[in-house]
Amino acid sequence: MSQTALLSIKGITKAYPGVVANSDVSFDILPGEVHALLGENGAGKSTLVKMIYGLVRPDSGTMEMNGTPYTPTEPRAARASGVAMVFQHFSLFEALNVAENISLGMENPPAQRDLARQIREVSEAYGLPLDPDRLVGDLSAGERQRVEIIRCLLQDPKLLVMDEPTSVLTPQEVEILFHTLRKLSSEGTSILYISHKLEEIRALCDEATILRLGKVVGKCTPRDTSAAEMAEMMVGKSLASPARVNADMGEVVLKVAGLSVEPATPFGTPLRHVGIELHAGEVLGIGGVAGNGQDELLAALSGEVTTAPGTVVLNRVPIGDTGPNDRRALGLLCAPEERLGHAAAPDMSLIENALLTARQRKGLDRSGFVDWRATRAYAEEVIQAFDVRTPGPDNAARALSGGNLQKFVIGREILQDPKVLVVNQPTWGVDASAAAAIRQAILDLAGQGAGVIVISQDLDELLEVADNFCALNEGRLSNLRATKGLTMETIGLMLGGAHDMHDLDEEALHADA
Amino acid sequence: MLTLEKRPTPSRGWTLATPVLAVVLTMIAGGLMFALLGKNPVEAIRIIFWDPVFNTQFASYTRPQLLVKAGPLILIAIGLSLGFRAGIWNIGAEGQYIMGAIAGAGFGLAFYPSDSPLIFPGMIVAGALGGWAWAMIPAILKTRFRTNEILVSLLLVYVAEKILASAATKFLRNPEGHGFPGSRNLARIDSMNNPELISGTGMHWGVVLAFIAVIAAYVLLNRHLLGYQIKLAGQAPRAARFAGVNPNRLVVMCLGASGALAGLAGLFEVTGPAGQISIDFNVGYGFTAIIVAFLGRLHPIGILLAGLIMALTYIGGELAQLMLQIPAPAIQAFQGMLLFFLLALDVLSNYRIRIKSEGVA
Amino acid sequence: MGIDPVTVIAALIVASTPILLAAIGEMVVEKTGVLNLGVEGMMVTGAVMGFVTTVETGSPTLGFVAGMASGMALSLIFGLLTQLLLSNQVATGLALTLFGLGLSALLGVGYPGATLPPVADPFPAAMADIPVLGPILFGHSLVTYLSVVLVAAVWFVLGFTRTGLIIRAVGENHDAAHALGYKVIRIRLMAIMFGGACAGLGGAFLSIVRVQNWVDGMTAGAGWIALALVVFASWKPWRVLLGAYLFGGITALQLRLQAAGISIPVEILSMSPYVITILVLVIMSSDRSRAALNAPAALGKVFHATG
Repeated sequence: MSQTALLSIKGITKAYPGVVANSDVSFDILPGEVHALLGENGAGKSTLVKMIYGLVRPDSGTMEMNGTPYTPTEPRAARASGVAMVFQHFSLFEALNVAENISLGMENPPAQRDLARQIREVSEAYGLPLDPDRLVGDLSAGERQRVEIIRCLLQDPKLLVMDEPTSVLTPQEVEILFHTLRKLSSEGTSILYISHKLEEIRALCDEATILRLGKVVGKCTPRDTSAAEMAEMMVGKSLASPARVNADMGEVVLKVAGLSVEPATPFGTPLRHVGIELHAGEVLGIGGVAGNGQDELLAALSGEVTTAPGTVVLNRVPIGDTGPNDRRALGLLCAPEERLGHAAAPDMSLIENALLTARQRKGLDRSGFVDWRATRAYAEEVIQAFDVRTPGPDNAARALSGGNLQKFVIGREILQDPKVLVVNQPTWGVDASAAAAIRQAILDLAGQGAGVIVISQDLDELLEVADNFCALNEGRLSNLRATKGLTMETIGLMLGGAHDMHDLDEEALHADA
Repeated sequence: MLTLEKRPTPSRGWTLATPVLAVVLTMIAGGLMFALLGKNPVEAIRIIFWDPVFNTQFASYTRPQLLVKAGPLILIAIGLSLGFRAGIWNIGAEGQYIMGAIAGAGFGLAFYPSDSPLIFPGMIVAGALGGWAWAMIPAILKTRFRTNEILVSLLLVYVAEKILASAATKFLRNPEGHGFPGSRNLARIDSMNNPELISGTGMHWGVVLAFIAVIAAYVLLNRHLLGYQIKLAGQAPRAARFAGVNPNRLVVMCLGASGALAGLAGLFEVTGPAGQISIDFNVGYGFTAIIVAFLGRLHPIGILLAGLIMALTYIGGELAQLMLQIPAPAIQAFQGMLLFFLLALDVLSNYRIRIKSEGVA
Repeated sequence: MGIDPVTVIAALIVASTPILLAAIGEMVVEKTGVLNLGVEGMMVTGAVMGFVTTVETGSPTLGFVAGMASGMALSLIFGLLTQLLLSNQVATGLALTLFGLGLSALLGVGYPGATLPPVADPFPAAMADIPVLGPILFGHSLVTYLSVVLVAAVWFVLGFTRTGLIIRAVGENHDAAHALGYKVIRIRLMAIMFGGACAGLGGAFLSIVRVQNWVDGMTAGAGWIALALVVFASWKPWRVLLGAYLFGGITALQLRLQAAGISIPVEILSMSPYVITILVLVIMSSDRSRAALNAPAALGKVFHATG
C-alpha cells in the first residue's frame, strides 16, 4: 500500500541547444520525505529544479502535485502550490535588509513590523538566529542561507527544495542545518535535497534518485547503500584518487607576513595580518566558507592589489608592491576562482586568452608587438597537454564547458613552469573527471618542486591534495596544521574558530572596561 | 514566442551585414520621414546617397567634399573607437575639436604676420595639445576621483562653446575685421593654410592624417599589446587587471589619444575648409563621429567606410535642402535613426533568434 | 547692484523645475538598474512638442501632455532597444540624444518666435502679490507644484511601498529578482517610460513656461545636468530637489549678474553652471564608499534571462 506522492515527476525531458539537460526523468517525493537528487556537476539537477520551481518549462513530460497536474509557469505559481526553494547562488539583494529580502520572496507579505516579528519567531523556533534589520551584504554566507531558508519557512511550504545547501557552510553549520531539516521533515514537510556529497545524503536523506548526463541511472535508500556504490552510479566509472609522486619539501619559496588589505567593494572582506610560509614542493590548503577573504587574498598574491614590499616575499625578493606581470616574471602565478571574466575573457578566443597571462614567461611579444603564431602554438600546447575538449583554439572561452575552461586556465599557468602557483576554487562547478585531472596536475606540479597554494571551500578536496591546512575566517588566517590526521571536527573549529576567538577577545575587553 | 539565445561566438557574417542592413533600413525609414514632410522619398534618397557622387551635373563639385567631410569624422571616430572598445566613453569630442582649433589658431595668430615655414607644423602640435589637454580633464578626474567621464566630457563641450564664443568675439577676433566676430581667415594666410593637396579631390593634410590614423589603429588593435589590452579592458575589466593592465593608464591614453585626434581634426578644419575661428565654425563632427565609430563597428576599416557614408549624408543633406527644401535638421534625425537601427540589429550578431513552439507568456 | 533676493528665488524655482522633473524621472529609471543617457534628447523633443502643441491648440495643458507623450515615445524606443534587443545602454542613450536633437529641430521648423497663450496660475493674483512669500510660494505654474509633489511621491513609493521595494530589488540584482519571479524587463520598461514622461514634461515646461519660445537645442545641456544631479543626489529624491534648486539658483543668479553688468566676463558667468556641475560631480564621486552604497548595483548592466 503506497502513499500518494506529494510531487510526482513523470518522464520530464528538457533540451538546450547542443545538450540534453534532462531525458525522461521520473521519480516521486512522498509527504515528509527527505529525497536526495544526486549527481555530479552537469548531470542536470539544476535544470530539473528550475522546472519544479517554474523558472523553466519542460519540453515534454508531466508533473503532478497530490495527484493533480502541476504546471507552474512562473515561480509565483510554484510558491502558491507550496513549493519553496533555497538557491545555490542566493537570490538575495545585498543593499536591502533581511526583512526586505524575505518580503520580496513572499506572495502576500505582512507589514514590515509584523514581518520582522515573524522572522524573529521562526528563526528562533528552528535554531537559526537572524536579525531582520541587518543589511544582507554584511552577513556571512551561512547567515545568508538562513535568510533564504526563513523566507521559505514563512510560506509554510509543502515541499522545500535545497540546491547544494552545504557548499557554503562549516561542518558545524551543516549540523545545525540538518537538525532544522529533520525537524521540518518530522512536521510533514517534504524536502528535495540536491547534492553531490554522498556522506551528507547518507546522513540525512530517506530516498535518493541518481542522475547522470540528464538520465535517472538509479534509485536507492541511502542509509542502506554504501557511499562507494552511490559514487559509482553517479560517476559511472570509478576514478583513481590523485596520487602524490614526491613529498619532499624544500626551503621557503613564498613568505607572506602581516598582510592587511582593505576591501575594494562595500561588502568585501578586509584581510587582517595574514601570514603564510610556503615551501618548495608543498601543497598548502586554505579552507574557508565563501566571502571570508578568499578573493582578496588571491588578489593580494597575484598583484592585482599591491601592498608594502615586505608583506609578500618570493624567493627572498620583496614583491608586495609589484603588479601581476612583475610577479609572473619572477615565477608567482595565479588562477582566480571566477573563470569567465577574471581568469579568462569570455568573448575572446583561447589564443587571446593564452596571451592573458603567458606573455612574459613564454615570450609571446617582441617589443610590444604580439607574436600571434607563438601564442597560438602555446594555446594548442595547453589544449593538448590538459585534454581541453574544444573544436580549436579559435573558439571563444565562453563556448567551453566549465570543466574544460578550468583545465585550460590551470594548464595555462602550470605549463609556464611556476615557482609558486596559487589557485582559488580549482574544481568549483567542474565535472568529476576534470576535477580529478586538475587535482593530479596540482600534485604533479608540487612533485616537481613548486610551491602550491590551493584555496577551496571543498574540504574533501583539500584533505586529498594538501600537505598542510589552514583556515581563512573573516580575513584572518588560522595557524597551520598538517593535513594528515586532521578530523572534520577540528577543521570545523578552525573554520569558525577565529571568529569565536575574536568575539571572546571583544567580550574580554568589555569585561575589563 | 521569440526568444534570444546567446551565440557561443559572435556571428562574423552578421557583424559585417548589420551595418549594411542598418543603412538600408534607415533609407526606408528616412524615406517615410521625407514622405511625411511631403517630399518624394525616392528622389530624396537618391539625392542624398547617389547624386553627390554620380550626378553628371554637379558631382565634380560635390565629390571632393566627400573627403573634406569624411576626414575629420574618421579622424575623430578612430580616436573615440579606442576608448569605446576599452569601455571609456569620451563623448565630448566636439569640445576637444573646438579647443584644438582654438589652440592651433591661437598659436598661429600669435606669430602673425610671420611667414616662417615652422608656423603650420607648430599649429598642428598646438592643435593636438589643445584637444589632448581638454580630454585630460575628464581623464584626470576619472583616475583621481572616479568621476564619470561621460558626464564630464559632455559638459565640457558647453564650456568649450562658451570659450569659442569668447575667442571669436574677443581674444582671437580679427583686429581688421571692422568689429565683426571671427578671427583672421587662416586659409588665406600662406603660413597657416591647410591647402587642398591634389586639386579636385578635397584631399588636405587632415584627410592624409585620417588615413594614417586608420592604418595605425589597425596595427595597434591587431598586432600590438596595447590594442589587446584595450579590447581586454572593455570586454572583461577584471581579467584585464589580472593580466596586469593598469586601468588608469588606459583611461589617460584612450582619452588622450581621442582628444588629440579630435583637436587635430579641429585644427585642420579651421585652417582649411572652415577657414577661420567663428562662433559656429563647428558643425557637430564631434557628435556625428560617435555614430561613425559605431557604424564602423569600432573597427578601423569599418570606420573608414562609415566616415565616407556619413560624409555622404552631410553633402546629400545639403543638396536635398537646396533641391527639395528638406529642412537641414532632417539629416541629423536621419543620422540618429541610423544609429538606432544599427544598435537594434546588433542583437543578430550576438544572439540567435529562436521561435518557441509553446506560447506561454 | 540691483539684485533682489525675492526675484532671484522665484526665478530659481522656475529655472530648476525642468531639470528637477527630468532628474527625478531619471532617478527612478536608474533605481531599476537602467542608465538612460537620452534625457537631453527626450527633453528637447518634449520642449518642441509642447511648444508646437500649445501654439496650435492654444492650450498649454495639451502642450504639457504632448511633451510628456513625446518624451515617453522616445523613451520607449530606448526601452525596446536596450531591454528587448539587449543593446548597449550607453550607446543607445547617446543615439536617443542625437536623434532627439535632430528630430526636435525638424519638428520645430518655422516655430521660433511664435506667440504662446499665457499659462494660467493656480493661485489668485492677490496671493502672488503678498510681499516676499507671494512670488516665491504662489506665483508659479501648476507644473512647478507638480514637480515637488512628484519628488514626494517618488520618495514615498521607493521608501515605503512594495512597488518601491521591487524597483530597488530589480536595480540591485536583476538575476535574483528574476529568480524570485519578478518581471525584470516589464518593470524596467515602465520605469523607462516614466522617466521619458518626466523628461518630456520638463522640456515642455522649459519652452512653454520658462523661455516661452522655441529655439533649436534650447535645452543646452539641461538633460546632462539632470543626469549629473542624480549622481549628486546619490539616488535620493529629496537630494535631487536640493540639487536642482542649487543648480537653478546658480543659473538664475548668473543671469541676474549678467543683466546687472558686473565686471565678470559674460562667458565665465554663462559657463559657470556647467563648471559647477562638474565640480559637484567630482566632490560626490571622490567619496567612494557612500556613492557605491547608494548606486544601484545592476546599473547599466544588460539583463538576459537564460533558460
